[in-house]
Amino acid sequence: MLRRLYDEQPESFAFTPANLEWAKGQIAKYPEGRQASAVIPLLWRAQEQEGWVSRPAIEEIAKMLGMASIRVLEVATFYFMFQLRPVGTVAHVQVCGTTSCMICGAEDLMAVCKEKIAAHPHELSADGKFSWEEVECLGSCANAPMAQIGKDYYEDLTAESFGALLDALARGEVPVPGSQTGRFSSEPAGGRTSLKDGDPAYEGNSSVSLAVFGQDTVKRITGDEPALRMPEAEGAVAEAEPEAAPEPEAAPAAPAPAMDEPVAAAEGEPTDPEPVEEGSKPPTLVEPRDGQPDDLKKIKGIGPKLEQLLHSLGYYHFDQIAAWTGAEVAWVDANLEGFRGRVTRDEWVAQAKVLAGGGDTEFSERVDKGDVY
Amino acid sequence: MLADKDRIFTNLYGMYDRSLKGAQARGHWDGTAEILGRGRDKIIEEVKASGLRGRGGAGFPTGLKWSFMPKGDDGRPHYLVVNADESEPATCKDREIMRHDPHTLIEGCLIASFAMGAHACYIYIRGEYIREREALQIAIDECYDAGLLGKNACGSGWDFDLYVHHGAGAYICGEETALLESLEGRKGMPRLKPPFPANTGLYGAPTTVNNVESIAVVPTILRRGAGWYASFGRPNNAGVKLYGLTGHVNTPCVVEESMSISLKELIEKHGGGVRGGWKNLKAVIPGGASCPVIPASHCDDAIMDYDGMRELKSSFGTACAIVIDQQTDVIKAVWRLSKFFKHESCGQCTPCREGTGWMMRVMDRLVTGDAEPHEIDMLLDVTKQVEGHTICALGDAAAWPIQGLIRHFRNEIEDRIKAKKTGRVSAVAAE
Repeated sequence: MLRRLYDEQPESFAFTPANLEWAKGQIAKYPEGRQASAVIPLLWRAQEQEGWVSRPAIEEIAKMLGMASIRVLEVATFYFMFQLRPVGTVAHVQVCGTTSCMICGAEDLMAVCKEKIAAHPHELSADGKFSWEEVECLGSCANAPMAQIGKDYYEDLTAESFGALLDALARGEVPVPGSQTGRFSSEPAGGRTSLKDGDPAYEGNSSVSLAVFGQDTVKRITGDEPALRMPEAEGAVAEAEPEAAPEPEAAPAAPAPAMDEPVAAAEGEPTDPEPVEEGSKPPTLVEPRDGQPDDLKKIKGIGPKLEQLLHSLGYYHFDQIAAWTGAEVAWVDANLEGFRGRVTRDEWVAQAKVLAGGGDTEFSERVDKGDVY
Repeated sequence: MLADKDRIFTNLYGMYDRSLKGAQARGHWDGTAEILGRGRDKIIEEVKASGLRGRGGAGFPTGLKWSFMPKGDDGRPHYLVVNADESEPATCKDREIMRHDPHTLIEGCLIASFAMGAHACYIYIRGEYIREREALQIAIDECYDAGLLGKNACGSGWDFDLYVHHGAGAYICGEETALLESLEGRKGMPRLKPPFPANTGLYGAPTTVNNVESIAVVPTILRRGAGWYASFGRPNNAGVKLYGLTGHVNTPCVVEESMSISLKELIEKHGGGVRGGWKNLKAVIPGGASCPVIPASHCDDAIMDYDGMRELKSSFGTACAIVIDQQTDVIKAVWRLSKFFKHESCGQCTPCREGTGWMMRVMDRLVTGDAEPHEIDMLLDVTKQVEGHTICALGDAAAWPIQGLIRHFRNEIEDRIKAKKTGRVSAVAAE
C-alpha cells in the first residue's frame, strides 16, 4: 500500500505540556546519544493526541530527537499503525482480517463497516465520526473475530454485536471492551479446563480493568490522564465493588456492555457483580412429535454433540427453535453447557426459520448432499 | 493432562490477584537473590539441562543461546532484549503472560540479564498491545517500588533496569535484527548475519533476543530444577508450553500443557473438539502462519512438539494452531496468509518484496479457479526461488504455507480450476 503524507497538512504541531513532559521521560529510557530510539513512542503519542500523524508533527519530533526529518518520515511511513491522514473524530476502527479471524467471521464484520461507516477503508463516514480499515493479525486469535477501537480490543464479535457496538459509539457511549460474549479472557469459551479454583477476583480481565479505570478507550491523550495503577483484587466476586473512579472529577464508570441485546445480558459469566439475568426457558417437548425429530444438524453450528444436548433439553424441531424470543435465546445460550453463546453466534433462529418453512440454507444443502457428516 | 501444580503460568487468565503481592503469593519472586547467588555459569548450565528451547518459533536451545554472550568485559554494555512483538497470525500466548502474569516475565528478565552480564533489558512489545503494555508497566513500577528492580535488585548486588519499548505495527519486527533496528529508531529491516547480535546487537553491543515465554519460564525452572522441567515432553522437546487453539474448535483458548501432547488430545480436552466433530476436521496450521498446513489425515496421531511437527513436514512454531473445518475453503485460508506476508514484507530483498506479491496474485486466482493447471507447478517453483534467498526468514515463511497447501490439497486446487473451465462441479470442489 502506498503510504505518503496527506495533501492537506495543518500549520503546526505541538505536544501538550503534559505530553511534552512525558516525551522527555521516554527519551531518558535510552542511553546518551541514542535518543532516536524514542521515535516510535513519540510519533505514537503525537497520533494519540491528534488522531493522525501530520508533517509538522514529524518535523517537530525530528527536532526533539536530533534526527533528520527524512528519517522520521521513513519511520512514520514504514509502520502501519501510524495514520497518515485524518481518521474519524470518534474512532478509527481496525478489524483484524487474518486467517483465524477470517474463518471465524471477520468478513462479516467488514461488511458492517462498509455499511455503517464507509464503502472503503480509510474513508471518513458521512458524519466524519468514523473510519475503518482491515488490519493484519492483532494477536487476539483465541477470541476471534475481533476489532481494535482506539486503545482497546473488542473480542468474540458477531456482525450483530459489532453493529450494536458501532451504534453505541455513535451515540457517544463507550461499551466495555474485551469479550462481547461474556468470556473473561482467553479461557476456553465453554468454561475453564485448567486453573479452575475459585472465582475471578476482578470484574474484568486486565485489559478491561484498565479500560474501565482509564475511561480512555477512544479519548485523545493529553498526558493529564490519571497515573495507571493496578486495580485492587477482591477476595470474592460477590464483594467486588464496581470500579471506583480514581478522582472525584473523573468520568463516571463506563456504561455496561451493549445491554439492549438480551443475549448479552444473559451470558452468565461469574464476573458480573449482580445476579445474572438468565432469560426465560423456551417451551419444551417431552419427546419429538410423532417420534420424528428434525435433523437439527442442518443448522450450521449444531453438530452431533449439540444435537444430543438439545434433545436432552427438550428441543427436537426447527419450529421450536424458530419461535425462540430474545429472552429465550438468552436462556438457551446460557444453558448450553460447554457451548454457551452458540445460538447467537451461529444465528440458529434465523436458520431454523428458513428450515421450518421447508426452505434450505446453503449449509443444509451441503448436509443433504452428505458433504458434512 | 498437566496438573495445576505443574503449571508455570498460574494466573494465565488474570482471574486471580494480578498485583505483585498476588504474584508473590503464587510463588514468584521467591528467593530470587539466592538464584542469582548461584552465579552466571550455574544458571546457564541449569537452563541448558532443562532442555528449554526458544518459544518464539525457531526452537533454538535457550541456554545455549545465552552462552554465546561474551564472557569478558570489553567495555561495551550487554543487553537482553525480550521479543514481545507477538504478531505471528494465530499467536496470542505472550499477550496473556504480559497482561495477566507479568511477574513471571519480569523476574525472568532479571535472572536472564544477570546470566548474560546485562544491566539493562528492553521488552519490545508490539504497538497494538496497548493495554498489555500498560499492565506490564504497572507491574514493573511495582517491582521498582519494592526494590526488586533497580540498584541492587532484590538485594542481590546486581544493578538492573528494565524498560518497555513498543513498535507500531510491523510483523517483521519480530525478526530479531529487525527488532533491534526498530528499537534503535529506524525502519524494521533485518540485518545481515553475521555479525550475530550476541556479538554486535543493540547499539553495537552484545545482545541476546529471547521470546517472552522463553524468559518467563526461567525463574520457575530454576526454582523447581531442570529435572522437573525436563520430565515433561519427549527428549529434545522438554517442558511445558502455552498452546493456542483458534479457528474452528468449539472452545477456542490459550492453555498451558505439557510438551508432546497429541494434537487430538489438546483439541478434545481444551478446545472442546472440532466444530461438527473430529470427522469434520479439514486441516490444521499447527503453529502460526509460517507453518505448512497439515491435512486431517495426518492429525489423528500428530504430536505437538518440535520433532513431531517436523516429521509431518510442518513446524511447531509458536504452538498456536489454526483449526480448519470441512466447511472452510482451505485454499482461501492459505491465500489470506499469502496476503499477510505480502503486506508485511519489509521490501528490502527483491525475492521477498516481489515474490510475496506475485505469489499472492497467483493464489488469488487459485481461490477463484481462474488459473491454468500448470500454474500450480509454476507457483511451487517460485516459492522455491523465494525460499532461502532472502536476508531473513520472512521469505521462507511466505513460501512454506503455499508449499504445504500444494503438497496436501493439490487435488482440490486442480478440481477448482477444472470446475471453473468446464462448469461442472465435482464432489471435492463442492464448496
